[in-house]
Amino acid sequence: MALDFSNMTVKAWRRENGRVGVRNHVLILPVDDISNAACEAVANNVKGTLAIPHAYGRLQFGEDLELHFRTMIGTGANPNVAAVVVIGIEPEWTQVIVDGIAKTGKPVTGFSIEQKGDFETIRQASWKAKEYVHWSTELQKEDCPLSDLWVSTKCGESDTTTGLSSCPTVGNMYDKLLPHGLYGCFGETSEITGAEHICEKRAANPETAAKFRKIWQAYQDDVIEAYKTSDLSDSQPTKGNILGGLTTIEEKALGNLEKIGRTSTYIDAVGPAESPEKGPGLYFMDSSSAAAECVTLMAAGGFVIHTFPTGQGNVVGNPIVPVIKISGNPRTLRTMSEHIDVDVTGVLTREMTIDEAGDSLIDMIVRTANGRATAAEALGHREFSMTKLYRSA
Amino acid sequence: MSIPQLLVHDHEDNVGVVVVENLGAGTDMLCVVTADNSDFRLTAKADIPIGHKVALKPLKAGDTVIKYGEDIGKMVGDAEVGGHVHVHNCKTKRW
Repeated sequence: MALDFSNMTVKAWRRENGRVGVRNHVLILPVDDISNAACEAVANNVKGTLAIPHAYGRLQFGEDLELHFRTMIGTGANPNVAAVVVIGIEPEWTQVIVDGIAKTGKPVTGFSIEQKGDFETIRQASWKAKEYVHWSTELQKEDCPLSDLWVSTKCGESDTTTGLSSCPTVGNMYDKLLPHGLYGCFGETSEITGAEHICEKRAANPETAAKFRKIWQAYQDDVIEAYKTSDLSDSQPTKGNILGGLTTIEEKALGNLEKIGRTSTYIDAVGPAESPEKGPGLYFMDSSSAAAECVTLMAAGGFVIHTFPTGQGNVVGNPIVPVIKISGNPRTLRTMSEHIDVDVTGVLTREMTIDEAGDSLIDMIVRTANGRATAAEALGHREFSMTKLYRSA
Repeated sequence: MSIPQLLVHDHEDNVGVVVVENLGAGTDMLCVVTADNSDFRLTAKADIPIGHKVALKPLKAGDTVIKYGEDIGKMVGDAEVGGHVHVHNCKTKRW
């Protein structure tokens, strides 16, 4: 019997702004690279907090700085985060990030290191972090409609089995859940190359198609043409893709696009780490095809669960968003099953239909929302990789 | 139905994908077209790794390779029916 998705619910946290989160992190967020040490010290002092060190945040400017702020603010604002301690070297940029996160209504406090030093900053921030841990651990989960979740997707270490099994599994999930009000997101601008004409046709209207085409063309002109030394044969497809049987970028892109299903259309094309603003539906996000960068950008855009098809076995995770791995490659299930949450090898043996595979992914999304740790969470994969657009000043 | 060794996305495709490990030359493969679950048989002409492509028709240098019913590149060498199609004889048209 077909599942009825319209009244399915999950037990999750309803945040101050109405969004639904499936994890309850207290984040210790560095504004910049040189504040990582203080953040890690606070996270060590106060159990149940999570520091997410990163490499950037100094002397950035223009669009690159805007992306940095958007990624930091979006990460703190994500509904999987209950409260945030922000630490930066100086007060002004720290306050920009605090103010951005505060718009969600969640508790957030900033600390800056200059004139105090690490010791005093860590002392003050640790008291605040401890207060947030006590507060957040008493927040109760409530029944929330499944359709209130924001679910993103990106595939990695793709091979020909992803286009046959795990990617259409995600597509089937979107075809079933988007009509009930789910927010979805796909991206990977460089890996759409080879199927951009098909992706363009999947836009819900001509304005969105034009917006997608502009983003894709800008990537070709500003990145590929500007920096290529020969062609992209050494990185697209990747060496792992080629081992898995993918020969050309067109073949890879066609498999990739299976993730948006048969009937779904995307209603907007947004910039990296931008939040959807046109209501429920599927969004294209301009994003890197590198796994950790892409998941980080989508998490900063507000997505709370990530679905990740893999063929050869990508092991990526994210600090704040559970990453559900799906694979149909029997060799990968045989050799590295500890990384896979949803086994769809039955699609290749014809013992499982794509429809059944989609249902098993939806079941795993529900279980993950209810609290099941993903393989990536159990194995401690917390890759947080910021996208940088150009050199710092 | 027994387990297929080769899957093909669409009837227009001229390549299919090996979906079992340790496929040896000479294997009489059960091939399934996923679009409608129709099947046919084909003999593998080489040891072909899981995930790699097999020519369903004789392919000559310059021919367009079709998968998902779409153009995925061109042959830069030949492949016989049942032969291996990959980076040694197939290339993108993009660059």
